[in-house]
Parts: sequence; C-alpha cells; structure tokens
Amino acid sequence: MTSSQREVWADTLIELADENPDVLVFDADLATSTRADRFAAAHPDRFFQMGIAEQGMVGTAAGISLLGYVPWLSSFGVFFTHRALDQVRMAVAQTHANVKIGAAYTGLQAGLSGKTHVDIQDLAIMRAMPGMTILAPADAAECAAMTRWATGTQGPVYLRLSRESGPDVFGPDYVFEPRRVILLREGTEVLLVSTGQQTARTLAAAELLGEDGISAGVLHVPSIKPVDEAAIAAVAAAVPIVVTVEEHTVIGGLGGLVAEIVTANVPRPVIRIGIEDTWGESAPNAWLLERHGLTPERIAERVRRVWNAE
Amino acid sequence: MAAEIPAADTADLEALARRGRLYVMETVAHSGAGHVGGPLSAMDLLVALYFRVLRIRPGEPDWAERDRFILSKGHSSVGLYAVMALRGYFGAEELQTFDAGGSRLQGHPDMLLLPGLDASTGSLGQGLAIGLGIAMGTRRRGLPSHTFVMLGDGEIQEGQVWETVHVAPRYGTGNLTAIVDCNGLQQFGWPLEPGEEHRGNRRDPWSGTNLRGVFEAFGWKVLEIDGHDFGEILAACDEVRAGSAGTIPTVILARTVKGRGLTFTEGRSEWHARVATAAEADAARVELADLPGGDDAR
Repeated sequence: MTSSQREVWADTLIELADENPDVLVFDADLATSTRADRFAAAHPDRFFQMGIAEQGMVGTAAGISLLGYVPWLSSFGVFFTHRALDQVRMAVAQTHANVKIGAAYTGLQAGLSGKTHVDIQDLAIMRAMPGMTILAPADAAECAAMTRWATGTQGPVYLRLSRESGPDVFGPDYVFEPRRVILLREGTEVLLVSTGQQTARTLAAAELLGEDGISAGVLHVPSIKPVDEAAIAAVAAAVPIVVTVEEHTVIGGLGGLVAEIVTANVPRPVIRIGIEDTWGESAPNAWLLERHGLTPERIAERVRRVWNAE
Repeated sequence: MAAEIPAADTADLEALARRGRLYVMETVAHSGAGHVGGPLSAMDLLVALYFRVLRIRPGEPDWAERDRFILSKGHSSVGLYAVMALRGYFGAEELQTFDAGGSRLQGHPDMLLLPGLDASTGSLGQGLAIGLGIAMGTRRRGLPSHTFVMLGDGEIQEGQVWETVHVAPRYGTGNLTAIVDCNGLQQFGWPLEPGEEHRGNRRDPWSGTNLRGVFEAFGWKVLEIDGHDFGEILAACDEVRAGSAGTIPTVILARTVKGRGLTFTEGRSEWHARVATAAEADAARVELADLPGGDDAR
C-alpha cells in the first residue's frame, strides 16, 4: 500500500507548479476531500476557490486556458460527468480546451457516500465525447505519471482518480504512454482486461485461476481514450475467451470498449464483469466490491463458471 | 490604442446598424435558418462594440492585447456575423454560407472555425463563466484587455450565470463587463394576463424582479441604458473601460426592443426564431432604405 491516488495527484501538481508557473488549480469546495488543499497550501496564488458551483468552475477554467494557463479542476467525478456535463461538453471538449479534469472519488469506493456520489457511469459518458482523453491509473506511480503527462499535453483530459489507497502494480520508474495497453500477465486460456485500481484485484484473480489450472492473462488499459485498438485485438486473438473487469457499469465503459474492438476484429465471447445496470449505494468498500463481484475471489469464481460452461 | 478604433461618428453607427439589420434579414431569408428577434435587438450594441469600443484588429484576430467579446446568447450569431463582416473579419458574401454544410458561420458560434470568435457558445448561460476565466487570465498575464460578454435577458434565467455573478466580484475583475440585451421577450415565455401590458406580446422574462438590485447585491456595478441609443451605449462603455483596472465587474442592463428596426418584427416573440421569407427580406430593404442614410444599406 502506498499513497492514495488523490494524494499523489495533489503532490504531483505541487511539483509541476514548482516547474511551471502556468499550472493552476480550480476547486469547487471539495479540496479537503480531493487533497487539492495541499496544493492550496503550497501555491496559494495559483489556487482558485470557485465555490460549490461546478458549472461555473468548468467554464472559467476553459476561459483562463485560452491565455495559456493549464487549469486542473478539483471535484468529485460525478459533478463533472453529471452536473457540469454540458459545460465539459461545450466549453471544454468542443473547443479542445486545455483543461484537465481531476475527477476524484470515482468508481464504487466513494467513502460511504452512496448513489448520489458514486460515479460508475463516467467512462461511458466521457467516452462518447469526441476529443476527450480519458485516463484511469492503476496505482500511485501510474497516477503521478499520468498527471505529469496530462499537464504537458495540449487538450482536455479526464483523470479518473480513486479515493482509496491500493496495491502497487508498477514501479516508481513507470513511464506513461498514451494509447498503450500493458500485458501484465501472460495467459493462454482466458484474457482478463481491466483498468484503474481494479487491475490489481484482477491480477490477484488471475493468480487464483492459475492455482486452479486456468491460464489467465491480464491486460491493463490505462488509457481508455485514445486506445491502441490493434493491440487489444491482437491480445484477444490469442485466447478463446475475453473477460473485462471494471469498477464501473457494464454498459459503455471498458467492457463496451473491448466488446466493440473484439467484435469488429476477432470475434470472441466477451464477458463483462462490473456493476450491472443499477445505482451505487452507501456501504463499506469491501462490501460493495463483494456485492458487485469485483473481489479477486468473485472474479475467479465467475471466470471458472464461464470456463467450465465453454 | 486609438489606431485600433475607427473614428465612426454616431451617424455612421446608425447607418452601419441599418446595414447590419439588413444583412441579418437577407442571411436568414437566404439560408432558411437562424434567428431574427435577438440579432435585431442586439444590433446597435454590437455595432457600437465592434466599431467604437472593442480594441481589436480584424486582420490580426489573435492579437494578444485585444479586448475579448463573447456572445453568450449564441443563437444571435447572425447578428454577430453581420457585424464582423461589416468590420472586415470576412467578406459580406460569406454570410450566404450561414448554416450551410462546411461553413465557418455555424448556427451557433464556433471559435475553432471562425477566427475572431473568443468563445464557442450556444448552450445558454455559459459565456459569462468563460468570460470570467478570460478576464482573470488576461489580468494575470498583465494584458490591458477588457472582456465583454453579451447575454440575453431570457438567457440569464440559467443557473450557471448566477454561479459566475457570485464569484466574479471575489476575484476583483473590473475588466469584466456583462451586457444584458433586455429585449423583454424569450422564445415562448409567459403569456400576458388579461389587461396586462408589457413591451412585447409576452410577459417580460424578469417581470417582477429587481434585476439591478440583484446584481448590486452580488457586488456588481450596474448601469442601465437604452440599448438603441448610441450615446448611452458609448458612455456606458467608456465608464466600464475607466474601471477596467479596478475590482468591481459591471453589468450593463441595456433596454432594447426585440426585432428592433422593422415594423413587422418589433416586439413580436414569434420572431425569436422565425425565418424571414424572401418577401420579408424585400420589405426590410424598403424599410431600412427609407430611413435617413438608408442608401448605405444598399
């Protein structure tokens, strides 16, 4: 366990702001949750409190980006992908504004706050937005690398941050490359495709399957959009069954992405593990992961059933 | 700076506005699309801004020190395009491409397509927030630029507007001015009660609300003018320019008439998004030419 993604995000932004005076942070009054308060303390002249007003914040960030500044936004994912979606669409995505969305508390694990705050549709919504780059880090090292890459790259970026700490998947020398998918584990019988913090749990599931004699590979997709479609198709072509696993609805997110690619290139059964068509709820993280089949044990169990049925 | 501002006198502005109104009618009639009421109510304000107020260089639209203008009520794009054509951003013949496939003149302004646009707008209520960001950014860069954002009085029913009205004074943006085109009519609005009289054939969008008081309560300076009186428009813009280095943003509540300038469009809510027929464009030619200085409209 290392620092949580939100802490790494904030600390990386402090470093980046040390290097680049144009890096700014705009917050919609959630800085103590998103950890942007650390940035506010380190760079008070580059931290802008916009009040509990996400729509205005998004527009103002789009405006200041036109002067060459690199505004990062601090709020919960839901308040970008749901409340301020029209502003993200018109003021940011349609103008290809250089605005970086730090979407905190995404996925199921939103600190017991329930269906209003849980964002399990963000990938589906943002994927449908032309020109939007969507990144979902697996761990602290990848989160830091993505934050650094996004700051230095022109155009809108949605960074899907998890509230909780998780196991390390990569080492500190990890380098982020857009579009790249990463085969973390070879396997000949099942390919598990995952993204974000779910990747660590998916790797653990592959270990369990290996103990049962099922050879399961794990493909990590850190860059949901743009993504290397040919690479996903090539890895999928080498196995009879593809299973996607995500802390997101099974509609339109990673599962949708992989299904679109696989059906167009190398027809294979694609099983999508994630939140079925339902809302989130208030509950401890472990309970939620268990309920939606996202623990290593539940993933392995589901894959065994699929494998045995084939 | 004076070199960037043409020395048009008020008579010139009136002639330019007549020509702008004619361009609106001809463009809408030609393309079979667009809005009429809002562009006509905003025309005098737009002409004053582009010919006397804004420090801009049409031949160098990305000039860093320019003033910025955002038409937050993006559905009045035809009016903005007409004035940009008059000001020399592009030739008037390009107005005929409005809303055609591949045109730079989209139904709602697209900053990626047309140089000279400082924002893309269309989904109402968003321009003021973008303008605040630009005003904060130009000041942070040490630029002398002033940012003007034009909104509709119907448009400011959108909640996002008030998020920015609340925040802008906190950042001391004296270099930000909102101009509300108070033409008194929105697309459908509320019907008049029996015996009730308003400026148009529907109830005013802010009937019963003290808009001046609301803006003042949020910390804005408020100027109320006749949006068709060039003297009042220019005096108000001089006043906000004088306060540009200060800390108080200004809203200009410009009282206007929807569909202003043509007898058959004034004060009629149905002209919000009605398309002019060829016959109506001809009628506009006659009406605008009959006015003093009307030959300029040819």
